[in-house]
Amino acid sequence: MNSPVTYLDHAATTPMIPEALAAMTEHLRTLGNPSSLHTSGREARRVVEEARETIAQALGSRPSDVVFTAGGTESDNLALKGMYWSRRAGDPGRRRILASAIEHHAVLDPLHWLTTEAGAEVEYVPVDGLGRLQVDALRDGIERDPESVALVSVMWANNEVGTVQPLAEVVRLAQAHGIPVHTDAVQAVGQLPVDFAASGVDALTVSAHKLGGPAGVGALVVRRELALTPVLHGGGQERDVRSGTLNTPAIAGMAAAVELAVKRQPEFAAETAALRDSLVARVREVVPDAVLNGDPGPGIEHRLPGNAHLTFPGCDGDLLLMLLDAQRIECSTGSACSAGVPEVSHVLLAMGISESHVRGSLRFSLGHGSSKGDVDRLVEAIGPAVERARAAGVADRRGRAARGAVRDDEGGS
Amino acid sequence: MRVLAAMSGGVDSAVAAARAVDAGHDVTGVHLALSKNAQSYRSGARGCCTLEDSRDARRAADVIGIPFYVWDMAERFHADVVEDFLAEYASGRTPNPCVRCNERIKFEAVLDRALALGFDAVATGHYARLRRGDDGVVEMHRSADPGKDQSYVLGVLTQDQLAHSMFPLGDSRKDAVRAEAESRGLAVAGKPDSHDICFIANGDTAGFLRDRLGEAGGPIVDQAGSVVGEHEGAFGFTVGQRKGLRLGTPSPDGRPRYVLDIEPVSRTVTVGPREALSVRRMEGVQPRWCGPAPRGVLDCTVQIRAHGEEMPASVFVADDGAGTEGRVVVELRDPALGVAPGQAVVMYDGTRVVGSATIETTGP
Ligand SMILES: Cc1ncc(COP(=O)(O)O)c(C=O)c1O
Repeated sequence: MNSPVTYLDHAATTPMIPEALAAMTEHLRTLGNPSSLHTSGREARRVVEEARETIAQALGSRPSDVVFTAGGTESDNLALKGMYWSRRAGDPGRRRILASAIEHHAVLDPLHWLTTEAGAEVEYVPVDGLGRLQVDALRDGIERDPESVALVSVMWANNEVGTVQPLAEVVRLAQAHGIPVHTDAVQAVGQLPVDFAASGVDALTVSAHKLGGPAGVGALVVRRELALTPVLHGGGQERDVRSGTLNTPAIAGMAAAVELAVKRQPEFAAETAALRDSLVARVREVVPDAVLNGDPGPGIEHRLPGNAHLTFPGCDGDLLLMLLDAQRIECSTGSACSAGVPEVSHVLLAMGISESHVRGSLRFSLGHGSSKGDVDRLVEAIGPAVERARAAGVADRRGRAARGAVRDDEGGS
Repeated sequence: MRVLAAMSGGVDSAVAAARAVDAGHDVTGVHLALSKNAQSYRSGARGCCTLEDSRDARRAADVIGIPFYVWDMAERFHADVVEDFLAEYASGRTPNPCVRCNERIKFEAVLDRALALGFDAVATGHYARLRRGDDGVVEMHRSADPGKDQSYVLGVLTQDQLAHSMFPLGDSRKDAVRAEAESRGLAVAGKPDSHDICFIANGDTAGFLRDRLGEAGGPIVDQAGSVVGEHEGAFGFTVGQRKGLRLGTPSPDGRPRYVLDIEPVSRTVTVGPREALSVRRMEGVQPRWCGPAPRGVLDCTVQIRAHGEEMPASVFVADDGAGTEGRVVVELRDPALGVAPGQAVVMYDGTRVVGSATIETTGP
């Protein structure tokens, strides 16, 4: 139990970097509501506005484009609902939303809600076997009836398999018809070069806890010219688009994290990709039939540098996770429902991977602080763990087969 | 030992897991998700399939200080318990899904997987006692709490299964277990016991069966075969049932009538007087012996339903009754009423479980 933790789940959340922790704790000690007019209020406001400028600078936007939120999920909701409602208000015929089939639930679920509650027609654009958006399908979708498209949403890079999406082409297709584009860049910032203005997107989601900052704070970077209908109504603190007293300490922590993550990105990406490549190669030496899912690259134009997503045929990923966890090696199988039941990944299914391969897959994600020692420990543990998980899989199948036989007998008598 | 504790989210399995830790074992908690959609089988607060139960189990594991996971057993549970339940009813029998779940899920699918993963045993919160003899035979005995005893629903387990099972609550009474949960700071201490079938929302078994097996009416006849009424679907009936028959024609002697038999193909429900329910002889199939198979005639007591009384009986064991093949014939000393085919008959020698079988036919 006291063995050191081998944390290979940075795509879920990251340790806070010391600079972010320092900025956040400093402002946890200070009083002030940024909306207040007195000195304490002004001081808090100053912290928020400096953070806004820092983030804008790092992400290539104007400060006034940055809307603080309570994280990636809220930013996605605000972007999708806010853009859909305002675009539909401008023209009631604009009801179609085109989104990739591999979006995070923070995008898929608001879209589903818009379908059932707000008359939206969502079209999920397919991806290829590497998890990359099929641009032709998007083009067909748009050009079939561009007037009726309210918005397009395609993530910058996928959180499960790490595949980087052809965002430049998406933007080009949408812009030709004046359709706004949202991108969920939660996994991309700090891993890949992300420049809001240069990308041409209209709205971009970022979340602090994926890049060394605190959880529960994020931003929607959104062109201020773009009308957004609010999701949270109240004091109108953020451009009247988002209400709620601003979380000054968390925002300060986020700014510190974003600034450093972006500054360190080139070096980080190079080192992390090399470490990831060695993880994949060495795991496959031990488990030769392990399959790498997603875009094999090379290079960060194709795949998030920290992402290794592998299928271990014949294994149940959940059991493998449990066996590794018993040795304090922490990774992920994707998402689980609220009861804790692992869900079959819609991302892998969209890539055309068979359900049994989907069940046997694990995501290892590297980040700041990941080391060769982490990879060593994984490589040491994975062989026996896979063997055990396979034995359990054999037991499961034997049980099912035996039952099938019994049922047949009973049916015959 | 490395022990896998099955944690339902209730008080019993939580205390069982805690006791396994106290006994010095290396314990991992697992909650079995038995329904694909956590809400689809049951939406109440009790039972084994809810979101809330999974959360309660997780919190209990936190308090005990053990790792915790959710295992998705929905597919196996559906195939081996729910479908079996439906198939049994469709053949006119009255199954016991808890027996099936123990036999095929907890002590088969879960146990097999646990052993393959390197665990030595599965611990549950069942009220029954295990005694390991020097000869390697594992005896199962009734719980110290006669009101809570669950040896009946465990009677199907084989020696192999019992050898890898732990019931840490077997020596305790329920009230003591609740008090212990309280003193251990387990929030589930006050949670009510579950009694109903966990996969049937709102406890409406007849409605559940109707929805899944379809409904078709049929005649209600007396023992002579005369039609005395109609029913809208045979699934709501159990042998021995008296209420809810809604018979148009009163019985000649004015005495109440009971369901005697359900014939699924023609959907004929036969009713008759209470005496006609009387059963003295039963044939059981798929016997399981908790230890060496007895030979010849066995004088013992038997229990024929969960929480049912114990009745003296003689059991004749067919020669090939060593495994799951073979038959047993049970002769009750005093007749019993309303014995439903499909239920388990569990045989006891004092507090010790001798074995079990599934009741196939009954006779006077
Ligand atoms: C791609 C993506 N979008 C959105 C989110 C949600 O972000 P948050 O946890 O800040 O709500 C996540 C994190 O799980 C993510 O990976």
